[in-house]
Amino acid sequence: MKLDEFFVTGDPLIYGADVSIALTLIGAIFALTYFKKWKWLWTEWLTTVDHKKLGIMYIIAAVLMLFRGGVDAMLMRAQLTVPDAGFLDANHYNEIFTTHGTIMIIFMAMPFLIGLINVVVPLQIGARDVAYPFLNAVSFWTFFMGAMLFNISFVIGGSPSAGWTSYVPLAGLELSPGVGQNYYLLGLQIAGIGTLLTGINFLVTILKMRVPSMKLMQMPIFTWSSLITMVIIIFAFPVLTVALALMTFDRLFGSHFFTMMDGGMPMLWANLFWIWGHPEVYIVILPAFGMFSEIISTFARKTLFGYKAMVYSMVVIAGLSFLVWVHHFFTMGAGGAVNSFFSITTMLIAVPTGVKIFNWLFTLYKGRIRFTTAMLWSLAFIPNFVIGGVTGVMLAMAAADYQYHNTYFLVAHFHYVLISGTVYACFAGLHFWYPKMFNHRLNERLGKWTFWIFVAGFNLCFFPMYFLGLAGMPRRVYTYGIGDGWMSLNVLATMGGVLMGIGFLILVYNIYYSFRYSPRETTGDPWDGRTLEWSTPAPVPHYNFAHLPEVKGHDAFWIMKEEIKQGKKPEKKPYKPIHMPSYSGVPVVMSVFFFIAGFGMVFSWNWMSILGLIGVLATMVIRSFDYDKGFYVSVEEIEEHEKTT
Amino acid sequence: MASNNEQTNSHSHFPWSHVVGFGLSIVLTLLALWIGFYSGFSLTTIMVIVVGLALVQATIQLLMFMHITESEDSSVQVGTILYAVFIAVAVVAGTIWVMSFGMHYM
Repeated sequence: MKLDEFFVTGDPLIYGADVSIALTLIGAIFALTYFKKWKWLWTEWLTTVDHKKLGIMYIIAAVLMLFRGGVDAMLMRAQLTVPDAGFLDANHYNEIFTTHGTIMIIFMAMPFLIGLINVVVPLQIGARDVAYPFLNAVSFWTFFMGAMLFNISFVIGGSPSAGWTSYVPLAGLELSPGVGQNYYLLGLQIAGIGTLLTGINFLVTILKMRVPSMKLMQMPIFTWSSLITMVIIIFAFPVLTVALALMTFDRLFGSHFFTMMDGGMPMLWANLFWIWGHPEVYIVILPAFGMFSEIISTFARKTLFGYKAMVYSMVVIAGLSFLVWVHHFFTMGAGGAVNSFFSITTMLIAVPTGVKIFNWLFTLYKGRIRFTTAMLWSLAFIPNFVIGGVTGVMLAMAAADYQYHNTYFLVAHFHYVLISGTVYACFAGLHFWYPKMFNHRLNERLGKWTFWIFVAGFNLCFFPMYFLGLAGMPRRVYTYGIGDGWMSLNVLATMGGVLMGIGFLILVYNIYYSFRYSPRETTGDPWDGRTLEWSTPAPVPHYNFAHLPEVKGHDAFWIMKEEIKQGKKPEKKPYKPIHMPSYSGVPVVMSVFFFIAGFGMVFSWNWMSILGLIGVLATMVIRSFDYDKGFYVSVEEIEEHEKTT
Repeated sequence: MASNNEQTNSHSHFPWSHVVGFGLSIVLTLLALWIGFYSGFSLTTIMVIVVGLALVQATIQLLMFMHITESEDSSVQVGTILYAVFIAVAVVAGTIWVMSFGMHYM
């Protein structure tokens, strides 16, 4: 392979990206060297197994990916603003919507939520870490390396361009001969290992690591939503793993699972993809529901209305989410019986979701509402999500779907559910739990600026798309003619997109501004919270709880505060040494080997992939003979910590 | 963490059951591969044998790797297994139904 085939050439945008990547890397290396921070980076962050630090790294990675996916979105909007625009050519446009979709779902939404779950769930259940802290680090680093492998595709070798769904035969070897599609397969495969491990890890953590006094039906609703999410992850992700592996065999080793010839079944890919893909949308929405529930309950100063109904509706969603996947390809023509069945199950799944909407409304009813930034995001979520949900039910009707399929109506629908569901939740959760992570709040004034600009921009961007879809504009077209009559609505959408971009920039500035100027937390309970994470001091000690808290009901911390108000003094108990896990460099090294193996497979450089896999095996062997059982935090150190906070 | 210490100690002998389970899994997989490629049975026979071997292997996995006999709380085990069976049936039967393009139901 020649060098000019290895690096992507010929496009000024790509050269710009090359330069900015190089400058960022050089800048980071220089800063780390100049401030002598390499050792700090290794011992405090790269080798950490602390769930709070891993959560923070997940969120940082997710915000970076939000930036990357957002730039992709802005490029697409720029191209579509006016008819017959020449800003991007067809292939470049295809690459951009492919990476936009993949990155936003797999490398932005999931890690953002998993990051918040990492930080919050162990604190909510009174645990000192997750069940498998080492595995948690493996999860993060495999996700991170998978994301990086996918992301370098646009400067080295070329991006995938077959859409985030990668339907064959378009994604097959004949129609996508470059390495781009291999990046998709390997990047998702490696990141998928991390997600599956997270699923197992948090399932066990929530079931087994709760403080003994917390019963299942006393768990905070965010913990419940995480538990259900983990169950869905465990059952859905293996399907993706297998489907990706089969397509990898097709592309690299000449098998015929999804090919047009030799008995392959191209539509089986779509089928397997959506067996994973539909549960996946519930994986990214259920934790969001959990966060909104916590935030609405806290800022309405009421216990959550219909706690049990919330839990049961999530259980029903976990079951039904595996019975609706065909609604993504009604137009395949599977027949009246198949389409009717999946049409009905799809409409059914709207019922438990509707139950939740009413629960939030009744939680707000007669509440003493405080309009903080986190609360504003949660309040805006309800009407926006209902718009997305109702249009989803329209799409669920198989006969009508033949009309909406593959138009901007669909694009508008899934952005309405994913942005006003998941992205609003990420922002709301970030504002809400920020003081737990960084020991200061995000500035409320800037937060509200972000909120209003982003929400206005979002609705301006995506509401017109419903009408573009009804007017017949197909998705994934790189341009359109002046005679199509789609220009005015496209201009509106682009203006909305720009507003969303401005909102994001204000958020980033807010992070910097609050780091510099926000007053530091003193109590650890900035919002008058209700659940156990707010009972930890600020900053949260690395062992989380000096004494394991006692849970006497739902909203455990609220009950404790009520008891103190009624004059009950918390009794002073002597501290005991706390057993904690040791940090380890194995996860990050193992994931680097995964990256090397994946990169080798992308280019079919067998020597490199074998080398990488040997490295992975070697790190596993090293881990198997690791008899380090952790360490004990001494009573003196605990006393020292508890005195200062 | 602290509560896991006793468990790790009781497992410190050589993990024979894991090795046996791993070996059996490989043998069963190779057997299925051989039957699929070289046995010359009819398609129906091959399918029945391969599915049968898969069920045997699933049982081995549950017994040797997934500690199914070690839990104190059997209701959780029954619940998860029922849910897993539900998902497996939904995915496999659903896929066959969908990919047959409804031909048997028109």
